[in-house]
Amino acid sequence: MTVPADKPHLSREHMLALLKQMIRIRRFEEKCAELYTREKIRGFLHLYDGEEAVAVGVIPVLDQRDHIVATYREHGHALVRGVPMTAVMAEMYGKQEGCSRGRGGSMHLFDAATNFHGGNAIVGGGLPLAVGLALAEHMRGGDAVTACFFGEGAVAEGEFHESMNLAALWQLPVLFVCENNLYAMGTALALSESETDIERKAACYRIASEAVDGMDVVAIEAAARRAVHAVRESRKPYFLECRTYRLRAHSMFDAQLYRDKAEVEAWRHKEPIIRFQTWLESNHIIHADDVSRIQAEVDAEITEAVAFAEAGTWEPVGELTRFTYAESAPPPAR
Amino acid sequence: MKQETVKAQMIETTYREAAKEAIRDAIKRDERVFLMGEDVGRYGGCYAVSKGLLAEFGPEKIRDTPLSESGFTGAGIGAAMAGMRPIVEVMTVNFSLLALDQILNTAATVRHMSGNQFGVPVVIRMATGAGRQLAAQHSHSLEGWYAHIPGIKVLAPATLEDARGMLWTALEDPDPVLIFENVMLYNMSGTLAADAGPVDIDKAAVRRPGHDISLITYGGSLWKTLEAATSLAAEGIDAEVIDLRSLRPLDDATIMASVAKTRRAVIVDEGWRSGSLAAEIGMRIVEQAFWELDAPIGRVCSEEVPIPYPRHLENASIPQAPKIVAAAKAVLGRA
Repeated sequence: MTVPADKPHLSREHMLALLKQMIRIRRFEEKCAELYTREKIRGFLHLYDGEEAVAVGVIPVLDQRDHIVATYREHGHALVRGVPMTAVMAEMYGKQEGCSRGRGGSMHLFDAATNFHGGNAIVGGGLPLAVGLALAEHMRGGDAVTACFFGEGAVAEGEFHESMNLAALWQLPVLFVCENNLYAMGTALALSESETDIERKAACYRIASEAVDGMDVVAIEAAARRAVHAVRESRKPYFLECRTYRLRAHSMFDAQLYRDKAEVEAWRHKEPIIRFQTWLESNHIIHADDVSRIQAEVDAEITEAVAFAEAGTWEPVGELTRFTYAESAPPPAR
Repeated sequence: MKQETVKAQMIETTYREAAKEAIRDAIKRDERVFLMGEDVGRYGGCYAVSKGLLAEFGPEKIRDTPLSESGFTGAGIGAAMAGMRPIVEVMTVNFSLLALDQILNTAATVRHMSGNQFGVPVVIRMATGAGRQLAAQHSHSLEGWYAHIPGIKVLAPATLEDARGMLWTALEDPDPVLIFENVMLYNMSGTLAADAGPVDIDKAAVRRPGHDISLITYGGSLWKTLEAATSLAAEGIDAEVIDLRSLRPLDDATIMASVAKTRRAVIVDEGWRSGSLAAEIGMRIVEQAFWELDAPIGRVCSEEVPIPYPRHLENASIPQAPKIVAAAKAVLGRA
């Protein structure tokens, strides 16, 4: 039996792969938080704890030729996309072996090899960029999709509305993925939006849309398959709202004065890894030793990544201004 | 009309037409090039630079946009990152502030921040400057602000040759280039070689050689400065006029060579005085040519007010030839 392009393939291998990717992100970030307290990682550190199912559900559905634009909470997206964990961890350290030469840090992971167009730390700033990547594809007649991730906070930005309109008006192949975690830093959705049903905003731009349980990796993958298929076939944008929750603080400086511990605890019970793992175990698709094997593999990968970052080198200060501009000579007039 | 315009290889044209020819030529040369912006197509361009190009190239290449400066400028940046060569037109520099996030936070940062993995070969053109009685939200000269930003290049074509020739070279540049076209120049007519083409974008030009004082300027102020130089010549003062052409990077070598020769300098800049490009140039002269100077450096900048609507107040707000003459004479001790 062949599986339709827009349906997840629910094989054991695939289920294990989804589980492993989510555990991989979670364990990687737990290590990052530890390294942050040890001052190995500095600056801002925004953890994806609770939201892993979104990147894991969406990104593997994309092809290599597709483009990704992400936010400053993008460690998971980079890892799932295939940016080596070693290069991501070295970037967290600021070492020149990092995926952005150490210059971007946690918020600015870039990787040309996987069309990973960066973590953008301006809320909403990535959306026009995604429209432009899709415009180039449209003008060249290609069929690559640009997946643009952003939080529900970005919906309040003008750039969100400008980009939705442009993508719909020009019929550009953008998959807008809203990671609605209910808080724009410390401001609850109800305090920032007159219409809190984010998915409905797509309708006024005539963009096809769907809202999905952002804690259910299988549901997200199914929705992402429908969405990517729709974008690739129709060459039009699609809006996917993933309703999720950030279980940790916004960043390492956040005392979380804006929400009750009970609310966080209630969401902790819905978190995507335990939920998926429990479902897999209760349906006898995986066994306890599968999980321990995954954890051992992930831990080994993290150990290697930390060792790689530790052994990494600092970019010489003499290279500080390199690549502010391209190094080729100014173009001759011709 | 000057008599030499009848030379066979020269054509009579305007700054507007030269800018249009540059766009037309670029689209013909390179299939990755396209123009987009507000009213560039059906309307023909706010300042009529792109009039007729829609009929010639169609709506994909001459792409009208909604009033979404950040959106379409960002789209141009994204398309450039993906290998296209967009020319983004923003109606005026005042409107470009709505796109400043994309220009500064994305276009200017991406190459350095990504460790040289991505570049943004976009060209962003916009009108700048006062003189058309458009008041305080359409008349400012903020190119000096943009020249503050590492990661972008800033050009100010003042002549027909540069209006015709800078665009292609800017499109060939692997980094974002902003081109500022002074609104008072669009109607300027003159002669241009029929085969005029691309010009360099990294050198200042000596527009009038002289020995007594260096008048350093760019864009719309070039012509007022040349007018001032003519007046000064009538009083026996031989001024050299430097057209910066590129505001970032600045061609220090040409500036310092001129100052070393004349030993005096006045900078003419339509930006506001405080924190101006003129201040930057003055400081560079102090750093690099202090011991060549025979007198303090002078400046003629815009008055520190929002540009007002009435003609007489608008004129009083920005550099004019008599002010430049007075500033030059003050530096020469001939006030």
